[in-house]
Amino acid sequence: MAKTETEKETPKMKPRPIVRLGIFLISHSFLVSVVCCTAGVLALLLLPVLAKNTYISENALMPGSASSLLSNHDIAEANRLVNELSSLNLERKDAGIESQKILARYMSDLGAEVSYHKFHPPQNHFHPLHFFSSPHSGIIGENFSCSSYGVNTVGIIRSPRGDGKEAIVLVTPYNFGRSDSSETLSLSIAYSVFSLLSRVTWLAKDIIWLIADSQYGEHESVAAWLRDYHTPSFTGLVSLNADACVEGNNLYISKDNSVVQGKISDGFGRAGTMAAALVLKVTDRNGLWDDTLSIYAEASNGQMPNLDLINIVNYLAVHRQGLHVQIQKFWSDLDLKWLEFLGKTFELLGKVARSLNPNWKFGIPASDYIEGTTTLASSLYYQALGIPTGPHGAFRDFQVDAITLEISPRVSSNNKARRNEFLLRGGRLIEGVIRSVNNLLEKFHQSFFLYLLTSPSKFVSVGVYMIAFALLVAPLPLVAASLYADANELDFGMKNDKYTPMDTASNEINITFRSWKWLSAAKEVFVVHIWGVIVLLLPYFICQMRDWSPTTSFVSWVFLAMLSLLILYLILGSPFSHGYSLEKGEWAMLKSVTISAIFIGLLLMSVVNFATAEIGALLMVPMSLMAQPLKPDIRAASLRSFFRVICNLVLGFVAFPPVTFFMLKGIFEGPDCINLGDFWNWLESLWAWNSATYIYIGMVHLPCWVLCIHILLHSC
Amino acid sequence: MSIRPIDAMAIPLKSAHFLIFLLLVSNIFTPIISLGSTIDQEREEFYEELLLRPLPDRKVLAHFHFQSTAPSSNSNGRHHHLFPKAISQLVQKFQIKEMELSFTQGRWNYELWGGFDPISSSNAKPPGVELWAVFDVPQDQVDATWKNLTHTLSGLFCASINFLESSTMYSAPQWSFRPATGNIRYGMLPREAVCTENLTPWLKLLPCRDKDGLSALMDRPSIYKSFYHSQRLHLTSNKSGPEGMNPGIILEQTLTVVLQPNSQRTSVTYSGEKNVQPSWSLSSIFGRKVSGRCVLAKSSNVYLQLERGLVAELKKNKNNGVGNIASEGFWSGTGFELSVRPDKVFEEENSSHRRGSSVLFEFSIDKYSDSQPFDLGLKWKFPVTWSSEPAPLHASRFLMGSGNERGAIAILLKSADLNDASLGTCSSSNGYKFRVDVFQVVPWYVKVYYHTLQLFVNGQPKAVGDVIETIHVSPSKDKISPGVMEMVLQFPCDVKSAALTLEFDKGFLHIDEYPPDANQGFDIPSAAISFPNFYTSLLFPGNCSVDKSPMLSKFQEKNPVLSYTEVLLVPLTTPDFSMPYNVITITCTVFALYFGSLLNVLRRRVDEEERLLKSKAGKTTPLSGLLSKLSAKLRGRPQETPQSPSNSSSLISSKLLLKVFLVAVLAVAWQYYFG
Repeated sequence: MAKTETEKETPKMKPRPIVRLGIFLISHSFLVSVVCCTAGVLALLLLPVLAKNTYISENALMPGSASSLLSNHDIAEANRLVNELSSLNLERKDAGIESQKILARYMSDLGAEVSYHKFHPPQNHFHPLHFFSSPHSGIIGENFSCSSYGVNTVGIIRSPRGDGKEAIVLVTPYNFGRSDSSETLSLSIAYSVFSLLSRVTWLAKDIIWLIADSQYGEHESVAAWLRDYHTPSFTGLVSLNADACVEGNNLYISKDNSVVQGKISDGFGRAGTMAAALVLKVTDRNGLWDDTLSIYAEASNGQMPNLDLINIVNYLAVHRQGLHVQIQKFWSDLDLKWLEFLGKTFELLGKVARSLNPNWKFGIPASDYIEGTTTLASSLYYQALGIPTGPHGAFRDFQVDAITLEISPRVSSNNKARRNEFLLRGGRLIEGVIRSVNNLLEKFHQSFFLYLLTSPSKFVSVGVYMIAFALLVAPLPLVAASLYADANELDFGMKNDKYTPMDTASNEINITFRSWKWLSAAKEVFVVHIWGVIVLLLPYFICQMRDWSPTTSFVSWVFLAMLSLLILYLILGSPFSHGYSLEKGEWAMLKSVTISAIFIGLLLMSVVNFATAEIGALLMVPMSLMAQPLKPDIRAASLRSFFRVICNLVLGFVAFPPVTFFMLKGIFEGPDCINLGDFWNWLESLWAWNSATYIYIGMVHLPCWVLCIHILLHSC
Repeated sequence: MSIRPIDAMAIPLKSAHFLIFLLLVSNIFTPIISLGSTIDQEREEFYEELLLRPLPDRKVLAHFHFQSTAPSSNSNGRHHHLFPKAISQLVQKFQIKEMELSFTQGRWNYELWGGFDPISSSNAKPPGVELWAVFDVPQDQVDATWKNLTHTLSGLFCASINFLESSTMYSAPQWSFRPATGNIRYGMLPREAVCTENLTPWLKLLPCRDKDGLSALMDRPSIYKSFYHSQRLHLTSNKSGPEGMNPGIILEQTLTVVLQPNSQRTSVTYSGEKNVQPSWSLSSIFGRKVSGRCVLAKSSNVYLQLERGLVAELKKNKNNGVGNIASEGFWSGTGFELSVRPDKVFEEENSSHRRGSSVLFEFSIDKYSDSQPFDLGLKWKFPVTWSSEPAPLHASRFLMGSGNERGAIAILLKSADLNDASLGTCSSSNGYKFRVDVFQVVPWYVKVYYHTLQLFVNGQPKAVGDVIETIHVSPSKDKISPGVMEMVLQFPCDVKSAALTLEFDKGFLHIDEYPPDANQGFDIPSAAISFPNFYTSLLFPGNCSVDKSPMLSKFQEKNPVLSYTEVLLVPLTTPDFSMPYNVITITCTVFALYFGSLLNVLRRRVDEEERLLKSKAGKTTPLSGLLSKLSAKLRGRPQETPQSPSNSSSLISSKLLLKVFLVAVLAVAWQYYFG
């Protein structure tokens, strides 16, 4: 007996403290995972409380230090332009060209260099290999027609004493032809600022005003211009000018028509490296109590501009122009009882903490908390989507910091004095931001790039929000290891089990045999992931059928996905009829490998797009941790096992991507507007915008969901 | 050849004309003065001149030109009367044959302000500091002399020219920049800010400083408010060489300013008056008047130049109107009015291929004084629009690509005026090709791959051999020398646009090689594009006063058209400069872990420990023993009696949990109360 005891103790003789800690955590993996997941969710809910006030990190920006120079004179000039534009007969076919001519004339009268940029809107193609090569260089459809091209009007003010190495871009999307009054308002704001900037002496960077022809989409026109700015094709230079399209040629105003100081060139107008870009839009969505400024910042794959850019806009809008600033959020009018309760709890906690020690600045009012949570949720959602929320997204692909400013007046713009005041406010805001960026010697680098906004003046930096994610994913490797250990009947020495000692030799053989058992599970996981890739690529074939409706496409996609799963099973062997299926630990091994796959996938995704990984972790982690075969639980028929079955079913149901989508849509938009085709449209937008979320769904989320369902249905 | 000297003061007499004609012809056939003005063997001389020229975009160009000459120094020892001693010492010490230093702020607008005239091709400089020098020393001493020269100039002009000392900053162009011997060095500092502190030492070189004469006009605020200003110092020295040139030093100082006359704002608002040029006077653009000449100057003149395009336009207007040119002088009765009567009027000799001929009004300021200051004013009577003569091809350069990894430099040459006859001459004058020289210096951290050179002519890709006649490339060496590219391109005469692209990789710098404000990006200095087939020369009829004026004789020189491209800003990867701290911390941690475990392994004797454990095993289980030892250590009490092994593990784990929790709570409390 003594001999066997020493035999048993020799392997666990020298566990190092760190190893022992690991073993300890693994052996208590259930407790650890419950604690970590709860803490993770709680940390996510705490983020609005932990948010810090924004501050301007780069000292050179100095926003608002100079008084605004924009005067009523510039506004009057802008109104003159607007009157001339609106007096155009919009019914005419060439109204767009006429208004472009007017704009070009006004710009060149200011001494700006004007040029036109013609572009062909790219077709909606599925490029499976272009996901991470963001600025797709010069993919021009060969068979474009003459009628379908857009014309951007570009005006450049050269800084009087600058060296022209850098430029600030101001973009106003404008739909030539079908423009409404609010779009014209944005033009007049931009024009008033432009006319001011053409006179000022403090410019150190060139100013580019891009009037983006938004008839093929705001983002498309800006992206096309940026593409030609950064990767021009010299071969097409002449062929585009000598286009067969006749109506393009009469666009260029003949030289004698133009005045001397400005010039209208037919080349591509260029300035130096872009320092920052502002997209200006005016919408007619009437704010309730004040002129409202909405800031949109999310670019593709959740990239954000430097926080300083948002800070200066927010600072100038709030403290100088008195605008009401907001960033987009959903369900602003939705009252969530539990959220309110949570907010009140936090408020109470904060009060208690403050009564203990007045230095503890913890806790915010409940209304702020609800506001912050909704903003944070929308911030997370739009980052997770990976689709830019405006034309500014095109700039981020070229590493230019850009945001979209959407200003909406309080009342409709009929009152002239009121409209002028609105123009003055908007113009002064833009002027202040441009002046501030103009002060900048270096490019934006001081402040954060990785952050979430909970309000226009509050942010959560990467160091804080990573905690929630880290807590969520931390139990995954522990649970995987403990499942592996269980399945292999490894004993780390922490459990006090009374195994009868077996023959040493056979035990070793058994262990080596069992330690390779994970290979078959890994093969299964691998096969399912390959299936995920196939599902990912299926839309390429489906979208070849141009005349299919979204619903048909979606249904056929589901059908094809299932078919491919079946075929894969037939070819590579169904895991249901596996040799090991009778063994007890088989599903545990499978679960262990699945959890490892989820862990790796989530970690990789958190590097590419953190918000996707966070939302994915919220859905996947509880489900994968809970997953257990349903059969023994049903057979056991105790209250606990019944509860577990219900949990498993609900989590498994919710984590299925289409179900998640439809549920969220049902909550936010009402249950009656759910359409099967919506999901297809949503996914289509994901791959059309080269969002990494699409890859995540296809290669991590869906296969892992299938594997979890497989574990649930396991027959053991 | 039509020679038409117009002397405004003279009564138009046919006989007088004839006499002058004869004089001129004889003058022209004598060998044309090769360099500047004649240097009196004995005396030092100083000339001051100012050229004013209205520009098409309602601005005014003012070009100050000061010239000091000194005879070869052995004539009067080390002493000078007028010539700045600092410069002559510089020339002697560094054996400078020719040198040019320019400080520039702003960009010369080649499209609006012209690119074909002498001023634009010799005085339009890239932003920042440009310095080149030709030395008269043996080859192996050139670099050392250059380094000393940069330091001397740096001290002389209060500028950071000494940064050109580093071999990564300067280059030795072979032939494309200047047809010089191998002793030329060329360097550029695009980021150098130009300020009054550079102008003051420059003015100190003038005999009258800025106290008297034309330089008194240099009101600092109005000069530095200008759209472009470039102060330049050109030095030529000739020892009594075999070429027959006069020995001595010629110091040429020019200041070129583009100013906006203060026009009323009303002219912008009323669209009808948009084309009216603003009227200006010296006092309105500089805020000062000329109160007499610098008494030390040999001549002191102000010129007003009307460009070829403007003259042609004015003539057209005049012909539409009254049409009597003969009775009045050309300058009156046309679209403008001068407040001061010019002393002389010159009209450019009309070259056959150009559209008009430029007109020059000369005002001598000898007769003005404090009581009667000279204040030239120009008043436009009716709107007139014209355009300056552009360079044969408009050159622009830009960066392509994005990201921190690689990119491309593109130089785009576009034919400025398709209907202009100037390009047509290339077929008749020089075979059938149109030659363009390109000289480009690229810093080493922008690693240009010269084999990726691509050429597009009129939108068609061309093989490199078809277009490039000669190319000389010296690739950059990391941290040693910049990359230099010199090319001679031969384009067909009907070239409308040409583009050449070069790809590059962005290099990494060592952390202490980053300049301050590293996140701004790094500059690629301007490329120089010259057109050797085209010469800038304003030939005025040979008149004695023209010969005397150093500026006008400078204009008559036959120099190829030269233009500079933009400075480019390349964003490179910059480290987070607080990173060293983080790096030090993390490396220290890694090293500590590594060496700790290594020492642990080396120190440990497995057999002995096993034996020890086995001997202990009889008394306690090893785990509980270890733990009790640990707890004993923690409490500082002697080891307790071992617990029974049966209930130990579960108990210990719960205890351990409790302890961890306690420590965490303590830490949090500490953090909040004292942290």
